[in-house]
This record gives sequence, C-alpha cells and structure tokens, in this order.
Amino acid sequence: MITVRNVAKRFTLHNQGGAVLRVMDGATLEVGAGECVGLIGASGSGKSTLMRMIWGNYRIDAGSIVVAGVELAGAAPREVIALRRATLGHVSQFLRVVPRVPTIDVVAEPLLALGHGPDEARDRAAAMLARLNIPERLWTLSPTTFSGGEQQRVNIARGFVHPWPVLLLDEPTASLDAGNREVVLGLIDEARGRGAAILGIFHDEGARARVCTRLVDVTGFAVAA
Amino acid sequence: MSGDTPLLSVRGLTKSYGTRLGCADVTFDLWPGEVMGIVGESGSGKSTLLGCMAGHLAPDAGAVVFDTRADGPRDVLAMSEPERRMLARTDWAFVHQNPRDGLRMGVSAGGNVGERLMAVGARHYGQIRAQAVDWLDRVEIAADRIDDRPRQFSGGMQQRLQIARNLVTGPRLVFMDEPTGGLDVSVQARLLDLLRGLVRQMGLSAVIVTHDLAVVRLLADRLMVMKDGLVVETGLTDQVLDDPQHAYTQLLVASVLQA
Repeated sequence: MITVRNVAKRFTLHNQGGAVLRVMDGATLEVGAGECVGLIGASGSGKSTLMRMIWGNYRIDAGSIVVAGVELAGAAPREVIALRRATLGHVSQFLRVVPRVPTIDVVAEPLLALGHGPDEARDRAAAMLARLNIPERLWTLSPTTFSGGEQQRVNIARGFVHPWPVLLLDEPTASLDAGNREVVLGLIDEARGRGAAILGIFHDEGARARVCTRLVDVTGFAVAA
Repeated sequence: MSGDTPLLSVRGLTKSYGTRLGCADVTFDLWPGEVMGIVGESGSGKSTLLGCMAGHLAPDAGAVVFDTRADGPRDVLAMSEPERRMLARTDWAFVHQNPRDGLRMGVSAGGNVGERLMAVGARHYGQIRAQAVDWLDRVEIAADRIDDRPRQFSGGMQQRLQIARNLVTGPRLVFMDEPTGGLDVSVQARLLDLLRGLVRQMGLSAVIVTHDLAVVRLLADRLMVMKDGLVVETGLTDQVLDDPQHAYTQLLVASVLQA
C-alpha cells in the first residue's frame, strides 16, 4: 500500500546563504495491508521528514513514493487532496486546528468531507471522543485550550474516525497516560485487523513492541554530514 | 470532484500599466471544487491578475477559458459584454474587499439578496423573500434585519451580506479579493469559518487573493505565490507553506508572526 523507492530529500535555505541540508538519500521501504511498520532512528534522523513526504506535505526531490497506486512525486494538488480524503489518514504530532471550531466538529470534519450527513458525522465523532475519554462537556469547546494530552486525543479521534486504508501515525501515544495509551494501541490493532497499512513513529518502546509488526531504521538513509 | 475538463483555464495572462508590469504570463487550471489562493505582498500583481480573470480589467494578452454550462469551454475575454455580464450574475461571483463595492447601499438587506434572484428570472415575491431570509440565516444575519439598509450594518455584517448576495444564485466559481481585509480579528475569524463551511457545502471553486498566509492555510487547497508580477511558486497549500522552495516564499513564511 506504501512503496517508497530511492527517495532523496534536501532543504535549500535561500535566506541563509543558500545552505543546503541533505537529509535523506536512497530511502526505500514498503508497508503492506495488515502491517504496522515502526520507523526508528535517533531524533533528527529523518523519521518525520520521511513521513511528511509520504503524506505529501514535503516535496520529494528524487525517487518515488506510491500510496495505494498513486505516485506522490510530482502529483497534482487535487490528487493529493483526493488521496487524503478517502485513502490516506494521518495523526500528526501536533494538533493544528481551525480556531473556534468545537471539538466534535473538528473530529467530524473528515466524514463531512466524504459526504456523510452532519448528524451521522457528529454521532461517529462523539463515539470516538467517548472512547478516548474526552468528557462530553468539552465537546462543544475548541480544543485550542485543552491540555497537550487532550489535544493529542482529539487528534487521534480525528485520525481514526474514518477507516482510512493507509495510516501515518507520528508519535500517537506521546503525552498520554497508561489508560489512554491502551485505548490508542487498541485502535491501531483494530485498524491493522481490518487490513489497514500503518506506518508509525513511536518513541515509546513498549508501545512499539505492542503494535508494530516490523521495524525500519532510517539511520541507513541519512546523508553523511 | 475532478472531471476531465478544468472549470477555469488561464493561459498566458499578461497585463502591464505602461512600462510597469502588472502580471506576466500567468497560466494555470482550476478544477471543480478547488480553492486557489494567490498570495503576495503589495505590488505583487495579485489584484491585477484577479481583475483580469474576473473581467474587470482588460489584459494585454492571454485567455481565460471557463467551462460554461451551455456551450462548454469558452474564452471569457472573447465573449460579448452582455454574455460576460450574464456569467457574472449566474455562474460567477465576486466578493470585494470593501463590501460597499459589492452591495447596493440604498437597498435593504433582503433586497440586495432578492435582486440577484430577480436578475435571473425569479418573479414570485414570497419565494424570493423566503430565499433571502434563508440566506441571511446562513450568513448569520438576524432575520429581523431583512428590511434594514446595509448602511446600518457593521463592517462584518456588510461583508456577510455581500457573501449572501453573491452566493444566492449558486455560482460555480467565486473570486474573492482580500475577503477579510479591514475587519477586526475576531470578525475575520468568524467570516473565515463561514466561508469554509459554505465552500464545502456548495462545492464551490474559488480564487482568493490575500496577503494573509493564515487565510490561505485555512481556505485554499492550492497556492500561487506572486512577486513583482510573476508567479514564483505554486502547489499544494500545506506543501508550499511547510516546504517552500523559492527564496521569496521562504522569506514570506519565515516572516509570519506567531501570536
């Protein structure tokens, strides 16, 4: 479902004298349906960078990334948007939301984008929020004032509200207590069970051991300084 | 969402003001349901580009091909004035930065909305009024203001009325020129939420000109960055903002203040 072949990435900082940071070369990996592949490597080694390229957020300088049959290198914006709408889901490390939008609407939004009715979308959002132990009295508030852990759980609720066939998870269990970590790991297991292809970054080794079927070390793709 | 034909095809659009360049050789396709943001600082050419696309300015060169319902793709610049005006009343809409430029200040709120319906053939007063009430509700203007003149409204309310007036005929393409410019921050926020919802519900395509990167991040699927009349970078909004390639885009992104 995810095929990364010989991918390179560099950043050219024009406003800092044209400094070039070559962060990745020859990155190659595959994630199939029903797998949960964990990316490992020291902080700064390129795990999030690679994930951002698969999400379509970072440009791919060389090589190929194919997700569910769609080539991301050089893809038109509307192809990436269509892919993200129905096929490729992600949970990022930080919750970036439209301010003022109530939590329940934040979580329901992906379903509305897919054409589900507002009542159905809100019901499913509510079920997900309840599962992640976000109290109902918070559902009408914007998550911008929530604690880090609560924001993360809203992020996760949005990331699992639709059964995306491919999932990218960047530190999904960071900031969570043991109970909520279990809930999230349960969601990941369920997704894997229904055949989703999952790529994840987990600094928590325990979580990694619980849900990952395989590990890939990105250190091998780093470019020597 | 995306069929085989783009909704709007702009080819080589160029306009100069004497020796000063307005915009040069702009080319892109816009697909149904896509929102394109055009960002740049003052003098970048973004308003000139919008004016040329929308038929407010005559470009020196280029084509603006719109996929019309009746006749398929047609170059708007080659249309007759009456044809262009009909398009502006039905399939197209233009939201001005200053709502006074897009409203009839001497006509009631309900009249501003109803006029557009009458211009496309609606005749039943009761139905027109009912639709006006419905639209005022959608843009969060209280129904009891329907007979008030826009002069009596705040800036934010005037802007929301302008949006209602523009969208009531169900256009497929909306041009917006700094839709939140000049408004208080909290009012801007509310307007952006409203636009976001309407664009999604109505499946609108839009071209939004703004200097505000937060507005494009919120509303636009795609982004064109302009400097000195030229498009320096274009692509998926979050990609252009998070992984800017051109020196100017990098500067623009780095200059945004975080509250």
